[in-house]
Amino acid sequence: MQYIPNIIFAILLILAIGYFAKNVKKLIRNIKLGRDVDVNDHKSERFKNMMMIAFGQSKMVRRPISGILHAIVYVGFIVINIEVLEIIVDGLLGTHRAFSGIGSIYGVLIGIFEVLALLVFISVTVFWVRRNILKLARFWKSEMTSWPKNDGNFILYFEMVLMTLFLVMNATDIPFQNMNNGNVISQFIAPWFSGMSEGTLHIIERGAWWVHIVGILIFLNYLYFSKHLHIILAFPNTYYGSLKPKGQFNNLESVTNEVKLMMDPNADPFAAAPEGEEMEEPSKFGASDVQDLSWVQLLSAYTCTECGRCTSACPANLTGKKLSPRKIMMDTRDRLEEVGKNIDANSGEFKDDGKQLLGDYITNEELWACTTCNACVEECPVSINPLSIILEMRRYLVMEQSAAPVELNNMMTNIENNGAPWPYNQMDRLNWKDE
Amino acid sequence: MTIKTMEQFMAEGKQPEVLFWVGSAGSYDDRAKKITKAFVKILNKANVDFAVLGAEESSTGDVAKRAGNEFLFQMQALMNIEVLNAYEVKKIVTCDPHSYNCLKNEYPSLGGKYEVYHHTQFIQDLIASGRLKVEGNLYKGKRITFHDPCYLGRANSVYDAPREVLKNTNATIIEMKRNKRTALCCGAGGAQMFKEPEKGDKDVNVLRTEDALETKPNIIATGCPYCNTMMTDGVKAKEKEAEISVLDIAELIANSESL
Repeated sequence: MQYIPNIIFAILLILAIGYFAKNVKKLIRNIKLGRDVDVNDHKSERFKNMMMIAFGQSKMVRRPISGILHAIVYVGFIVINIEVLEIIVDGLLGTHRAFSGIGSIYGVLIGIFEVLALLVFISVTVFWVRRNILKLARFWKSEMTSWPKNDGNFILYFEMVLMTLFLVMNATDIPFQNMNNGNVISQFIAPWFSGMSEGTLHIIERGAWWVHIVGILIFLNYLYFSKHLHIILAFPNTYYGSLKPKGQFNNLESVTNEVKLMMDPNADPFAAAPEGEEMEEPSKFGASDVQDLSWVQLLSAYTCTECGRCTSACPANLTGKKLSPRKIMMDTRDRLEEVGKNIDANSGEFKDDGKQLLGDYITNEELWACTTCNACVEECPVSINPLSIILEMRRYLVMEQSAAPVELNNMMTNIENNGAPWPYNQMDRLNWKDE
Repeated sequence: MTIKTMEQFMAEGKQPEVLFWVGSAGSYDDRAKKITKAFVKILNKANVDFAVLGAEESSTGDVAKRAGNEFLFQMQALMNIEVLNAYEVKKIVTCDPHSYNCLKNEYPSLGGKYEVYHHTQFIQDLIASGRLKVEGNLYKGKRITFHDPCYLGRANSVYDAPREVLKNTNATIIEMKRNKRTALCCGAGGAQMFKEPEKGDKDVNVLRTEDALETKPNIIATGCPYCNTMMTDGVKAKEKEAEISVLDIAELIANSESL
């Protein structure tokens, strides 16, 4: 009988980790639907970027208020998770505060946890106020309705409740309070429960303990469905983020081959491909759906935590155009999820659903509003590049569909005919000299 | 003005010190041509042995690439690279940040590897090495604010060169609230220069001009022919063209020296 709580705990733990692992597998499968891209270079530079940008939060603090508050929540999350280790050990072995034997250092640790728990609670409350009372513009853009809006708040509620439970659990733990070592915050909460019997306190303490750990396990499994995935994916995403100058757009190799062939006077356009060098089916130019994007771009879509720093710096969005770089990332993730579910429902094969990222999620109007100014790329605290997706979709529109705005087609015709975006004769290029 | 083409240098059996990539705007756009000439005057004054390609120059293809036409971009790039490599060009300077970015970052993997400078970097070097002295007091006491071109700033992290050069005008340099890394685009990039903007509640160049007006400037300094057009139009839209002029850094330096 006495092992029932341990068994229940073990079952819950296995279920939670199992379900999480299943979703992580799905996540990896979905990301791998993207095109392959070589990012195995410059390992030390990439590692440095990850340590600076993700671990060190270097880009977060560029906006000091949200940056510092975020740093508190981030440090709190990492440090307080040490306590979760003890909780798991206690849960499995039926011990109570298994680590308390390590001596006075235990009190120091718990003391730090308690202070951080309070700071996290305060920070998260400020975040909630910024979102819901102060209504910061970037949280109230048109893409931030329904689920994205609720998701943002749910995460904050989760954290408030978890921190509260942690402090209540400590406050109602009579032996711990009597130890009077490490109860730096909970000692002020304990009086709220004064006058209650030891039995009642024990029930509250156990209740808080159980709800706290079950809450953590639920939160773990909430991640996959939430923008909160960034707590994990920020690391790989900053590792695989571009190392090139932001202005450098990739040159499509498939195009280079064709252009070289076109420009080679000795090339025989009707020649069969050389033996053993069978010409590959020319791939699609640009992207109309998620499978046409690179897996790093898909990883970025799952990494995006919808903070909207990109959108708040986007010149198109600031002047009322439909384009929002954040929406580009959200749409990419939504469509990728839809494709993933389609694959699940059709026993591992994607069945054409008559939909695609371009048109059904992202409109031409959004794509053509981009000035390629890189403000969104500069802003992203986790090295996401929405511009690269916009460019790939423009490439599809222009090279596969000839669907550029008519003025741009004129401009491109001019370049083709006379080497300038305007209809001037190339022979007149030096006329300014004598004007 | 002394202007020689690569062809002329070749005929003389000589190599210039640097190739001045004029760019399409600098060659054909009336406003941008003034910037081109101002820069040439600076090069002449500093005795820089430079060449232009003239009729052998063609669009870098930058704007086609940003519009999504990778074919056209690579056609242009490969043609230009053929010309540049035939002349054994090593060093290029340009007044257009878009050409600068394209030549510097996107040509190398297609076979065009050059040392590329934006004209503000080049002028900064001329001043630093003592080849160019800027001494006039024409702009003393004037308030100048510098608008960072996206393709020089964020795209290539060049923020200091234009500011260092501007200091030589003896004017007061005031930063806009959004500057350097957080500078707002003028609205011309990504092929926007050549099309009508999408529906919205304001034009980007007007918003950026408002940023500039907050600094109460006498002059808005630019380092890109497209930014120049956009900011000039913005100033007109705000009906401030009588009080505020929009000038390229090359023009400011050339004017200071009464070139």
